[in-house]
Amino acid sequence: MTFFGLHFQDIVFYTLAIILLIAALRVITTRNPVYAALYLVLAFFTAAGIWLLLQAEFLAIALVLVYVGAVMVLFLFVVMMLDINLDKLREGFWNALPVALPVGGLMAVEMVMIVGVRNFGVDKVVAPAAKPADYSNTAELGRVLYTDYLLAFELASVVLLVAIVAAIALTLRERRESKSMDPAKQVLVKKADRLRIVKMDAVVENTDASANAEEVK
Amino acid sequence: MENIRYDLITALPEIVVLSMAMLILLADLFLKQTNRIAIYALAQLALLVAAFITFSTHTPSIGYGFTGAFVDDAMADVLKLMIYLGTSLIFIYTRQYIQLRNMFRGEFYALVLFSVVGMMIMVSGQSMLTLYIGLELLSLSLYALVALDRDNARATEAAMKYFVLGALASGMLLYGMSMIYGMTGSLNIADINNALMSGANIHSVLILGLVFVVAGLAFKLGAVPFQMWVPDVYEGSPTAVTMLISSVPKLAAFAFIMRLLVQGLPTLAVDWQQMLMIMAVLSIIIGNVTAIAQTNLKRMLAYSTISHVGFVLFGLMSASINGYASALFYIASYVLMTLAGFGIILLLSRKGFEAEQLDDLKGLNQRSPWIAFLMLIVMFSMAGVPPTLGFYAKFTVLQAALQAGYLWLVVFAVLMAVIGAFYYLRVIKLMYFDEPIDHHPIQAPFDMRVTLSVNACALLVLGLMPQGLMSLCGYAIFKSLN
Repeated sequence: MTFFGLHFQDIVFYTLAIILLIAALRVITTRNPVYAALYLVLAFFTAAGIWLLLQAEFLAIALVLVYVGAVMVLFLFVVMMLDINLDKLREGFWNALPVALPVGGLMAVEMVMIVGVRNFGVDKVVAPAAKPADYSNTAELGRVLYTDYLLAFELASVVLLVAIVAAIALTLRERRESKSMDPAKQVLVKKADRLRIVKMDAVVENTDASANAEEVK
Repeated sequence: MENIRYDLITALPEIVVLSMAMLILLADLFLKQTNRIAIYALAQLALLVAAFITFSTHTPSIGYGFTGAFVDDAMADVLKLMIYLGTSLIFIYTRQYIQLRNMFRGEFYALVLFSVVGMMIMVSGQSMLTLYIGLELLSLSLYALVALDRDNARATEAAMKYFVLGALASGMLLYGMSMIYGMTGSLNIADINNALMSGANIHSVLILGLVFVVAGLAFKLGAVPFQMWVPDVYEGSPTAVTMLISSVPKLAAFAFIMRLLVQGLPTLAVDWQQMLMIMAVLSIIIGNVTAIAQTNLKRMLAYSTISHVGFVLFGLMSASINGYASALFYIASYVLMTLAGFGIILLLSRKGFEAEQLDDLKGLNQRSPWIAFLMLIVMFSMAGVPPTLGFYAKFTVLQAALQAGYLWLVVFAVLMAVIGAFYYLRVIKLMYFDEPIDHHPIQAPFDMRVTLSVNACALLVLGLMPQGLMSLCGYAIFKSLN
């Protein structure tokens, strides 16, 4: 079915693309860092939608789960916990603009000229053959990940390990004043260490008398 | 699946170094401060074992592993052996320095070994993906190492600059790679070359990709006009880390350029030759002229590195077997020179004192004639005074450029080298003709003194007899490109 010569897919694509562009633009133009992070979430969502259109279902869901679910939440935490003075960050903006604008503009024009429809139009790049309905993206990704791209996959895990080591080495400080528990000592605790049985004579309290006294007050 | 055993054998040195790095991380937990020296021994052992494996499994033929993403050829083996040697020297030179600065921890050695794995992967990468991940592994380890001295504000600032600019460079590199992938439909270096040979592609898109790739590489290599981070990072980092950044990673960057530009994109040689030429000329001008104005020794060596990178690019832009071999020779001798140079800076530093101003070298001859003599050799070699190694390295690179027909550029490079000689000779003047300001005795462990002496004297000996190293470089390039 077509509307004004556009297929339904095209309409979805253009809608998502427009939202994506606006969201991406707002990420860098909005003044409030929390809004910027939320716009980035929107950008990720719409990008995931475009990937769905390309039939990359697994990647689309991974993008939402990993980036929106984990990374951006972390990001929001950091943004909210840090007291960032935005005016100080923006100080050099007008000084840098006369140089940055022509350079950035030139690069943008060059990229549009080369990456545009002239070289990457629909007539130049042939669409891949449609896959059957039971085609599993996930299984296919898993297959190449553990065969053709085994080396890259393993190395990526090493990169993550380096990130962990670096993060711990840079932030972990042994502070004597911080109170922490030693589980090894905790499990060695005996009843005698915690519980003290005190022998004392039985005392009968005159509860009625004290209750009456309360009421009188 | 029967291939997996072969794959693992081709990558055995990487696996050994990686496992040792992890072992060090674990061992660090169980060792007391007094026994920490065991970690140093483990790190050296890792390099030794890897060197033994690389050397004993070496064959002149080319072997591919991991469905063509990994290659084991003569160039990879030679460069890996150089990386082990350089890293081993770094470990020897930096041990006392980091002990005195509370950086003698398992993380330092583990991160250095991780960066070594990254370099080895870059050297052996045969697909854009492998090359890129190797580069990221190297860079990430280096960022962390720069910031490892946490309470040092200058080091933290340097790490931040390095990280942000490095990430930008990675982005540019990836964008360029995506363009090349878009045109050729493959990440594999050999397939890219075949696709380009067959012709059906759009030149302008490839050039756009090439520009971004070259810009990203120049960033990592520290060539003008992408050199802004080099002096700041060199000055801000702890000297032990500056020594690492300035030396062995250049070998890996050379391999990266060889794999991607020379093996993958030889059809675009005319285009990247021009880009490398502009960067080479600018690097030699800016490096040599700006170094004159420096009073900080580490900044001066940073600008000196930029000019050396310019000379390496001179060799690469000749785009001939001879040119590549001379570029490899230059970078190998540069690594030896810079290690000896920073070794002496580390030797003169002590607890609470960094010998990083030029004035700290004043009257070194009166304090220790032998160390002054070693520094003299290093400075002569960096300036390119015969009969040192630096002279021969400059000579071969310029000879290759001359054969490629760049007469005027060669004349210009020689002029710039003469200007550059000024600031190297100024160091020698300070050492021999000025009165010392600093009278502290120079203390260093015995093994460091001996290694440093051998390293500096090697610059003289190899300068007199360069044939061995030259034929090794020629062998590495010739066997890999045919």
